[in-house]
Amino acid sequence: MGRAVGAIPDRPFSCSVMFVVTHIHFKDVEVVYKTGLKALKGVSLEIPRGQFVVVVGLSGAGKSTLIRTVNNLVVPSKGNVNVDGVDITPARGGALRKARSDIGMIFQTFNLVKRSSVLRNVLSGRLGDLPAWRGVLGAFPKADVAFAHECLARVGIPEKAFVRADALSGGQQQRVGIARALAQKPSVMLADEPVASLDPPTSHSVMKDLKRIAREDGITTMVNLHFIDMARDYADRIIGMRDGLIVFDGTPEEASDSVFEDIYGRPLEQKDLRGA
Amino acid sequence: MPEAPALPRPPGSTRLRSLLSLAVVASLLVIAFRQTNFNLEALFTGTADFFRFFGRLVPDWSALPQIWAPLLQTIQIAYVATILGSLLALPLIFLASSNTTTDPVTMWVFRTLLTVLRSIPDLLWAALFVAVLGLGGLPGVVALTLFSAGVLAKLGSETVEAIDPGPLEALRAAGAGRNRTIIFAVVPQVAATMVSYILYVFEINVRASVVIGLVGAGGIGQLLLRYMNFFDYTGVAALIAVIFAVVLIIDGFSVWARSKLI
Repeated sequence: MGRAVGAIPDRPFSCSVMFVVTHIHFKDVEVVYKTGLKALKGVSLEIPRGQFVVVVGLSGAGKSTLIRTVNNLVVPSKGNVNVDGVDITPARGGALRKARSDIGMIFQTFNLVKRSSVLRNVLSGRLGDLPAWRGVLGAFPKADVAFAHECLARVGIPEKAFVRADALSGGQQQRVGIARALAQKPSVMLADEPVASLDPPTSHSVMKDLKRIAREDGITTMVNLHFIDMARDYADRIIGMRDGLIVFDGTPEEASDSVFEDIYGRPLEQKDLRGA
Repeated sequence: MPEAPALPRPPGSTRLRSLLSLAVVASLLVIAFRQTNFNLEALFTGTADFFRFFGRLVPDWSALPQIWAPLLQTIQIAYVATILGSLLALPLIFLASSNTTTDPVTMWVFRTLLTVLRSIPDLLWAALFVAVLGLGGLPGVVALTLFSAGVLAKLGSETVEAIDPGPLEALRAAGAGRNRTIIFAVVPQVAATMVSYILYVFEINVRASVVIGLVGAGGIGQLLLRYMNFFDYTGVAALIAVIFAVVLIIDGFSVWARSKLI
């Protein structure tokens, strides 16, 4: 079994960069959906700045709900989530938009606007920081356009800027998704099953890109995955969820097969592995 | 997930329900026949008169010079009303769609407004605005603008509600506000369909603007009414022929343009 929840100690002094600084802090987070479904049943978790965390669990375990409380796409019914010391849970309107513009997110189905060009999709990541009139008119400053091209170059598809998004392969579309998130200049990156719609080789290259960029920019990253091998390959830290609760919190080395069997509540199967 | 205890059962006797529906439709038809004095005998004895009337409908092409100006006005009424109606529909679409509205109350208010707008026939709007604004093209434009806005906002909000919600979520997550999300994630998804609807509404408006002329709302309908009142059937015939040709050309263009869109 892994360590107890909350293994990383509270910072002894506030605002001191000399100590491990908590970046994302979940405090007794509960989520009850309108349908009555209890998706999170009291989750507490601290994630230090720059950590690459992989959240594992079966579908329905609460992984998606957990990462959506970080940018308030899902509002906790109880408890709260602090990002960089700011409680995002009660934030609404302009304050929420400002907080969200610092948090990038990528999705299983990429969530690109398929009929728009790749560049316009990437530029939409800049919308949160733009004055309203510029956003509404789509009048992006030259620097933003240049930065969007730069983001595309970082994910390896600079030549696709003026191609329509739906003309790209799945792997390329997810790279556009990453570029859009990077265009926000985020300090936090959330990834909800980012490789579930991709084939194994593409999955690995996308995860490698995500990890490389997170390292280079010091982005705190939370990735939901259900593949055991990928979690072990890329994670600094693995969080295991079952039935709305955290049931494991440890390093990839500690996450043995028996740990995963405990998280999944069943023997491991071939489909739990992505393969190479 | 618990296992379902038994196989799902087929829904209750569908055959009985179809028979019942059929019976309701048939009895309503019989009642309506009686109320409308629908009578096959009269229809057949009237056929002779019918052909005699059509025999007199020989187009008098000398009426053409009189026709062009009101014909052009008819098309212009339709054109202006379509564009003004589209502009008016634009904010209504997003306020009346569940995935882009500001709050449920606003959505309900605008949906109700749209229902009222569409429940009043264009001919009634025209008669109403002729009474208020006087004879001519202006009441026609106003009437068809309201009608177009109602139709386009309804079709538009149905289109908006059917879009892929993924990009909406992505832009919300990126901190884009409502208007920016609509422009970047919704508009590109619905633009082609909306232009197609606008062309379709233009087709409808060309035909409707002929008819509303009959209540004095400008255009060729007003001329048609004059010819009818003077029993000038050869003039009426020429006019009908011209309307037929114009509607055919505009429909053809619209169908062609829409086929290029999607």
